[in-house]
Amino acid sequence: MAALRVRPPGGPRAVGPVWFGLAALIAAAALLPIASLAWIAAGADGGHWQHLVDHVLPVALSNTVVLLAGVAVIVTGVGTACAWLVTAFEFPGRRTLGWALLLPLAMPTYIVAYVYLDMLHPIGPVQGVIRAVLGYDSPRQFRLPDLRSMGGAIFLMGCVLYPYVYLTMRALFASQSRRLLEAARTLGEGRWGAFRRVAWPLARPALAVGLSLALLETLNDIGASEFLGINTLTVSIYSTWVTRSDLAAAAQIACAMLVAVAGLMALEAHGRRHQRFGGSRNQDGMTPIPLRGAWAWAATVATAIPVVLGFAAPAAYLLVDVVQRLMSGQHLTLNLYNGLRNSVGLALGVSTLVVAGGLVVAWTERRVSAASAPSTWLTRAASVGYAVPGSVLAIGLLAPALAVDRAWAWITQSPGLPLMNLGAILVGACCIRFMAMSTGSIGAGLSRIAPEIEQSARLLGETHHGTLKRVHLPLLRPALATAALLVFVDAMKELPVTLLLRPMNFDTLATVLYGEAARGAYEEGALAALAIVLAGLLPVAWLARTQFASHTRRNPSP
Amino acid sequence: MTPTLHIEDLRIAYSRSATQPPAVDGVTLTLPAGELGCLLGPSGCGKTSILRAIAGFEPVKSGRITLDGVVLSSPQVHLPPEQRRVGMMFQEGALFPHLDAARNIAFGLRRLDPAARTDRVNQLLELVGLVGLGSRYPHELSGGQQQRIALARALAPSPALLLLDEPFSSLDRTSRHRIGGDVRDIIRAAGQTAVMVTHDEAEAHVLGDRIGVMRMGRLLSWTPQRHDLAEDSEPVRHRSGDPQPAA
Repeated sequence: MAALRVRPPGGPRAVGPVWFGLAALIAAAALLPIASLAWIAAGADGGHWQHLVDHVLPVALSNTVVLLAGVAVIVTGVGTACAWLVTAFEFPGRRTLGWALLLPLAMPTYIVAYVYLDMLHPIGPVQGVIRAVLGYDSPRQFRLPDLRSMGGAIFLMGCVLYPYVYLTMRALFASQSRRLLEAARTLGEGRWGAFRRVAWPLARPALAVGLSLALLETLNDIGASEFLGINTLTVSIYSTWVTRSDLAAAAQIACAMLVAVAGLMALEAHGRRHQRFGGSRNQDGMTPIPLRGAWAWAATVATAIPVVLGFAAPAAYLLVDVVQRLMSGQHLTLNLYNGLRNSVGLALGVSTLVVAGGLVVAWTERRVSAASAPSTWLTRAASVGYAVPGSVLAIGLLAPALAVDRAWAWITQSPGLPLMNLGAILVGACCIRFMAMSTGSIGAGLSRIAPEIEQSARLLGETHHGTLKRVHLPLLRPALATAALLVFVDAMKELPVTLLLRPMNFDTLATVLYGEAARGAYEEGALAALAIVLAGLLPVAWLARTQFASHTRRNPSP
Repeated sequence: MTPTLHIEDLRIAYSRSATQPPAVDGVTLTLPAGELGCLLGPSGCGKTSILRAIAGFEPVKSGRITLDGVVLSSPQVHLPPEQRRVGMMFQEGALFPHLDAARNIAFGLRRLDPAARTDRVNQLLELVGLVGLGSRYPHELSGGQQQRIALARALAPSPALLLLDEPFSSLDRTSRHRIGGDVRDIIRAAGQTAVMVTHDEAEAHVLGDRIGVMRMGRLLSWTPQRHDLAEDSEPVRHRSGDPQPAA
């Protein structure tokens, strides 16, 4: 997420105090929830902590660790195997499957949990067909293992989170030097040996990055874990606040969770530091080797299975459900309409603010010399929200927001909680959570603009601001659009922050779906789920297009 | 004595289209044991394709590659690269960046017991003049040192044939001459049969015992360089219309 380090033409600190101040404000806002959590947790009496240690943390912590470990095994296995097959071999459907393997990114964990529970219900369609084939009459005679279990949660989250590993590993494998593998072959290793001793060790940094992102998503999940009955740290935070209104205890659990987050961030940082060893500097990337006969079809089936489990099956089930409901005369309910309106409104507002904020931070970093540590720390601090689970972020912001609201009420002598009730705190939390997408995307866009272009504009009489307006902003349009798209979609499907910080009587599509699921009628939210999935397809299509294009450039068809 | 390489009427084609000329067309040559043969020609003339076919990375359309009588490649036979006993030194070395120099050299020595492996690695570090640098990673070595380690790695399993794919192209002119001379001496000291590909005529004349000149997929000549072998000059079989071999 770190943006560029360019020494600008105007020398160090060639940025106005307004820009620097705004960037510092954004960074401070991003750090506020963490500082607030530490403050609340430290201020709580020891009895709280003892209670948590005795009754809450052991179960929640062990569940979270087991869940993370299980998901890690699945996403590593599936993501790596698919990335290697698609990069190293040619087989029927390889190109289509190459981008289709990204589709589960469009499927939030809570939706896949709701759909699979319905689909695999003992009296649902899948188990019914299996029983009919096997000749059983009742679920008492035969039923599949219950999905509401740790195994079920690991399986479902693995199905939709493997693309993070697939994406990073595929990019790495595609850029790996073919000559390294050929050298291994001339030194006596077969294909498997060359993969095991050369390709795999070189790809480990990329695995660390992809794995840490997948596990951060696992930590962030609340809908699927709660619905599948797994009491994780995230679920504990939510229930401690919502059911017991115990902010101090929630903050203490959140602090414990931040330790896990710090571990995952260290893993990611380690991966990014060592990534330079993995890729090739030359234009001698991998050329897929054609597979023949049964091996070729086996590769097709092996790479198709994750697509079917993680996207095709649940999406098709949702689609059929929605079509059946529409055919039977059910229409868009007012509740759903409001959810859609609120989701789009929230996503639009958040993406606008986040893109503007990302521009301020990335531009400030661009303008300030690389030798100046504050600029780098500003960007890092402003981007920290991507790693903080939504529930932790929300709890961290609650106390400052309530303090501001109380102060406002005291000053104006009027009752009410304007920050909470107007949704400002919800928007602020989403901005903090998604700021890294914007700073990363805009920073990468800025790094592609050569300093000479900026210098030319300055020599032709433009000011700093004039250069930004007339040179950088037009050139940054694709990066700004990318950032806006990514943030819009993530805000559309966001659940934990919205659940905890939404104003009274404010529902988004995600919370409508959560509400239906909570009252045991998740099938009622099929249309909301489908809308979220369709919105989620937009960035996946963009990602697939850019990934596919770069891969094709590296490996032109013979 | 290391084995003799024989290539007979070799044809390599990347495109199935009949209108596209093959990358290598009708190349025949014999490299006696212990000699270093240089294939010389401009980019795209097919010299690297021949090297990759010998190593087993390219299938052959027709013809045959044999090493001491064993068929490595033909339209019917394709021995996997790891079973050919052929070592290769790549452009820019292709050292494994996650392994230090000693472990790069030891990569192909898995069948040796640890003590014998260590001995062999030390022996090769001494051969290439880099004793004491075994614990350095590739990015901690200069370009010339990387090439020496690459040569040691390729020689470590005692291959029947060593292939060198423009091994000095990434070095500056001074280093090229120095490392090139060293590599020639090391290969000769090991009695190693080797084929090198280069587009540098001076390099070919300095290093090669035999020089093959290539143009547009064809071998125009295959000539011994040492004076005492001048009588053995082996003319290349030409198709009608091919240019005459170089004197």
